Amino acid sequence: MSDRLYAATRKGFFTVERTGNLWDVSKVDFVGENATLLLHDPRDAAIYVAFDHGHFGVKLQRSCDGGKSWEECAVPTYPTFTEEDKRRQGESPEMGAARDFSSLKEIWELTPGGPDEPGVLWAGTIPGGLFRSTDRGNSWEIIRSLWEREERWQWFGGGKDSPGIHSVAVHPSNSQHVTLGVSCGGAWVTEDGGETWNCRADGMRAEYLPPEEAGNPNVQDPHRLVQCPANPETLWVQHHNGIFRSTSGGELWEEIMDVEPSAFGFAVVVHPRDPDTAWFVPGVKDECRVPVDGKLVVTRTRDGGKSFEATGNGLPNRHCYDIVYRHALDVDGTGERLAMGSTTGSLWISEDGGDSWEGISNHLPPIHCVRFAP
Amino acid sequence: MPRVVFTSNLKRHVECPETVIGGETVRQSLDAVFVEHPQLRGYVLDDQDRLRKHMVVFVDGKAINDRETLGDLVEPSSEIYVMQALSGG
Repeated sequence: MSDRLYAATRKGFFTVERTGNLWDVSKVDFVGENATLLLHDPRDAAIYVAFDHGHFGVKLQRSCDGGKSWEECAVPTYPTFTEEDKRRQGESPEMGAARDFSSLKEIWELTPGGPDEPGVLWAGTIPGGLFRSTDRGNSWEIIRSLWEREERWQWFGGGKDSPGIHSVAVHPSNSQHVTLGVSCGGAWVTEDGGETWNCRADGMRAEYLPPEEAGNPNVQDPHRLVQCPANPETLWVQHHNGIFRSTSGGELWEEIMDVEPSAFGFAVVVHPRDPDTAWFVPGVKDECRVPVDGKLVVTRTRDGGKSFEATGNGLPNRHCYDIVYRHALDVDGTGERLAMGSTTGSLWISEDGGDSWEGISNHLPPIHCVRFAP
Repeated sequence: MPRVVFTSNLKRHVECPETVIGGETVRQSLDAVFVEHPQLRGYVLDDQDRLRKHMVVFVDGKAINDRETLGDLVEPSSEIYVMQALSGG
């Protein structure tokens, strides 16, 4: 059970620790900087924090001593943007008119490689890039086999101008098997370490497109994709349109209907040992994006999506406008402790699998990402 | 030789001392600075080696025209200021 939590926020990187029965902020690093994402690598305990420095671009910092000291590593760099690339970008579908595939906008996902691949990291980026490092972030290489797929030109931005890869799930017993979530570009799978890729989003549904395009796997908008460590054939997706589950490693997806108070949201986590248990943070679909009736709840299924409980014990039940983004919900290795951080700077922890929640702070900066230490 | 000065806001992220350096264009002068301070490059230029969208370079008080290849000419007496644009702030 983890007694330490990290939060990447609009104004710094926070460490939150449990002393006795009390959780509290114990340290703040990079005060004032926009920390957009974090990874605590369970293989070597290195901590990585991604930043968007605005004028100065996207940067990545690494600590190998538990956050005592930090060093800047490399960031992914996009290939030369050719005249042909400009032409292809100009031919984009109408929904992708504002895309720009030439330069790194955001590191949107950081995932360690498998236990048999020390030093390997995966980075999903905006615009639409997948990068791999074999030296703990000292250098990065774009995965050309995906970047050069014809389908990549059809990807388009959801909430962002350009498409992006926000979810990278490495199969727990086969490091060569990697599943991606792309907004908007569906779910993609490699089973040979990134040599070849297949789009696996059959069954997902894009209500935001004309009916003839709604089932196209390559236009789907999964907001977040997670894989159950104990049963990797089970994947959960919080999609723009609702909740989807696959029990076939992504070959086929099933939409989970009639989830109250809403099936819309950004975040999902799955229990580390029980593939049928998953948590979501619902909001009003889809331009409004606030908790339903101003009351924040977490929805939990324990039967693979047949039924859901909406739990709000300890959460605000009136005039609440907190939204929990895709990386701002986490579950620890026991499945008992959960944490979530919101767009308005609230941080909550549950120690009973989501039955009840304790507010740690309601006045942190906007929270982009929370992660328990392994 | 041209003198290159970086916005003081960059100093909290990366070493960028005021430098007197060679070069006949903005590109040549900045490249020469980046040889001495390689990490600085990514703070000023993007993946395609263009000036970052929300950065601006002044040569002797005038914003440069060529943000892509940085081909604006500099004189031995020139002062090159690398600043944040007001956009994106």
